[in-house]
Amino acid sequence: MSAVLPAPAAARFRVSDFVARGLLILAGIGLALFLVAPMASIFERAVQDNQGNFVGLRHFATYFATPALARSVWNSVWVSLAVAAVTVPVAFLFAYALTRSCMPYKGLLRLIALIPLLAPSLLPAIAFIQWFGNQGMAKGLMQSLGIASVYGAPGIILSEVFNCFPHALMILIAALALADGRLYEAADALGTRRLRRFFTITLPGCKYGLLSAFTVVFTYTISDFGAPKVIGGNFNVLAVDVFKQVVGQFNFSIGAVVGLLLLVPSVFAFAVDWVVRRRLTANLSARSVPYAPKPRGVFDRLMLSYCALVCLLLLAVLGMAVYTSLIQLWPYNLTLTLKHYRYALIDGDFAPAFWNSLKLGAWTALIGTVFVFSTAYLLEKTRGLGPLRPLLRLLALLSMAVPGLVLGLGYIMFFNHPQNPLNFLYQTMAILAISTVVHYYTSGHLTAVTALKSLDDEYEAVSASLKVPFYKTFWRVTVPVCLPAILEIARYYFVVSISTLSCVVFLYAPHTILAAVAIMNMDEAGDIGPAAALGTLTVLASAIVCFLYALIAGILLSRSQRWRFNVEKP
Amino acid sequence: MLRIIAGLETQSAGRIVQNGRDISALPPASRDYGIVFQSYALFPNLTVTGNVGYGLVNRRMSRADVRARVTELLKLVGLPGSEPKYPSQLSGGQQQRIALARALATSPGLLLLDEPLSALDALERVRLRGEIRGLQKKVGVTTIMVTHDQEEALSMADRVVVMNKGELEQVGTPREIYEQPASPFVADFVGRINVLDAVTVGPGEYRSGRLALKANGATYQTGSRVRLYLRPEDRVVEGSLDGEANRVRGQIAKVEFLGGHCLAEVQVPELEGQPLSVFFSLNQIRELGIREGAALELALRPDRIRVFSK
Repeated sequence: MSAVLPAPAAARFRVSDFVARGLLILAGIGLALFLVAPMASIFERAVQDNQGNFVGLRHFATYFATPALARSVWNSVWVSLAVAAVTVPVAFLFAYALTRSCMPYKGLLRLIALIPLLAPSLLPAIAFIQWFGNQGMAKGLMQSLGIASVYGAPGIILSEVFNCFPHALMILIAALALADGRLYEAADALGTRRLRRFFTITLPGCKYGLLSAFTVVFTYTISDFGAPKVIGGNFNVLAVDVFKQVVGQFNFSIGAVVGLLLLVPSVFAFAVDWVVRRRLTANLSARSVPYAPKPRGVFDRLMLSYCALVCLLLLAVLGMAVYTSLIQLWPYNLTLTLKHYRYALIDGDFAPAFWNSLKLGAWTALIGTVFVFSTAYLLEKTRGLGPLRPLLRLLALLSMAVPGLVLGLGYIMFFNHPQNPLNFLYQTMAILAISTVVHYYTSGHLTAVTALKSLDDEYEAVSASLKVPFYKTFWRVTVPVCLPAILEIARYYFVVSISTLSCVVFLYAPHTILAAVAIMNMDEAGDIGPAAALGTLTVLASAIVCFLYALIAGILLSRSQRWRFNVEKP
Repeated sequence: MLRIIAGLETQSAGRIVQNGRDISALPPASRDYGIVFQSYALFPNLTVTGNVGYGLVNRRMSRADVRARVTELLKLVGLPGSEPKYPSQLSGGQQQRIALARALATSPGLLLLDEPLSALDALERVRLRGEIRGLQKKVGVTTIMVTHDQEEALSMADRVVVMNKGELEQVGTPREIYEQPASPFVADFVGRINVLDAVTVGPGEYRSGRLALKANGATYQTGSRVRLYLRPEDRVVEGSLDGEANRVRGQIAKVEFLGGHCLAEVQVPELEGQPLSVFFSLNQIRELGIREGAALELALRPDRIRVFSK
């Protein structure tokens, strides 16, 4: 070997390589501590008794031997199937109208259709109680349709359809937008009739989208806890069972068993979605021509009336919640008042809840975005640590497969353990923020990865050749170029945080109570007005944040992102 | 290969020595080179100044010095005055030159070019070929350029390294590569060539079909099967062919017009169905009466035939 004479600079840049690896390992430790370890404690707890002795599958046997509990499994499954069976066709037709017709007001209709995303999952349940409950405005209408009471399966199904509609809609719009216009031209050239065209091109073209939408709705419903808690009555489902076992009876072992049962459909749906996603991207080749709809009078008008009707129904649900928050006492005193807002924000027991939620939203938007984007960057753009990378990618996607309730349960079991040195996190705002960041990790991660993948792979190589350490390039180039995606992640985190319930319901302390939890408690205490008021405020806060995001994104795009538009290529 | 030199991939075996210094195990940032990628990888959110000065800012140079160096470099690559522009405002060729300026900014001891011209259209490519070469001579920096365009390699390089599936086939000047290809792959890869199946009949004597041919160079065992490689221009057609070796007679099957010259496909009965491609200049076409169906006598130059065993 000839003499190795490292340049003076060498040591420093080895340091930068070292930094990249160190940070990636830290990110790995973070995910291990806050995702893997809590999940592991659930598995552990499910096979232990309260004294910590190994009891094998005894808890599972106990669970299934209890008829009331075992019935929840069936209830959860059939209700979720019903919700998916209703939501997917309704959303499909809506998506079809948005992508394949020339109806007017598409932007507005789409905006209204996405409103449920802003609301905590309890809010539609409260609204449906007001519509169809014991003293509901349209109770007669419902009973004339042969449904005796909204409490139970009918109410859960209605609420979850409302909650899931935008999720299914977004997936289906994406699937329908992928159509290749050339296929339709070919079909037209062959003289194919519309109906046949629909069944031979459109439907097969978005079958993966349909499948994906179905599994997403199914998983959402089976793991949602807010709606069944409020409107479920005596109709037991898995998600509420976990809550009752843990909060009501302190039976952590049975809670863990139910949590694991909840994990089964989620993991299955995750696997389906994973396969579907791969097929979906392969579906459209670079040479495809996007399909452009042509105006068709009658069809467009039909589509418009359908979409208007759906939007009207969505607004009716939200509107009822808002109305409830503004009147004295349904149905006896209908005079308008702001006293519920006063109670929810200032006078009531849960006054800090709304502000806590805003605080949580801000924290997760900040910590979550920084963590998610940096980790995605380190994963995609730095080198070394081969085996750790696929593992981290898997974890990043896996967080989606864990229902919030199960994650929250894992957190109490892991962090509340007296011997855990991280015990100090328990009952703090920090643990709420961390659990929310982890729970909603996947979506932000995918946004970040997509943005990073669209960057030239050689930026890091170029800066290395120019002896600029990677973190400077990250700060000077990657972050500015990816700013729209970063803002999108922050907005997403804020919106999901202020309405989240399932993950934090086990983790809050009296001084860190959150809006969604307060809504649940006020509803339980019969304070429907304040509950609706708090729900309305959450929707409003989310809407404002979305509006601010659009505004800031617009300003940034026109200013610091000037280079995007200054294209004067010859 | 280029990525290994740059330290972006790790070699499975062997050492890399640059200027007497073993850099085999060094990370990219500790090596001394500038690189231009196929995609240029210009930072889209930085101006031309920001891009070219990217590596300078980090070296504790004063702002004024950086600006002066950027101006100097832009003049060097022939784009003075483009400092405030963004990459998306430049054409492909201009972007390429900015990438070059950025790579040269830190005065590296080695310049790596990864197919820098492949993203450009044909005319621009030929023009920039000359420019890069001129620039490289002006700066005097050792340059390694990867290309898949043989013509580009022959026209720009002092030394050409031909690689095939990661294996090194030949190293030499462009003329050596063209005239004395070291392997059938190189012969085939660089320029057009005729390939004739033949059998060795004696030292330097071969028979292809029923045609006896002489070729200089390496000898093969009598009776062994070989392939004869001959460029289309390595033939004698004008003047007297008396005394020339390897005289053949044939009929012109077709003439392919290629602009400045033509490629004629000659059917020689003795070669038993193996056609012979021969270059003619337009003048020769006229003077020799080359057209489809015409008879033709020519001699294949024995000093130019390369023989490889089959």
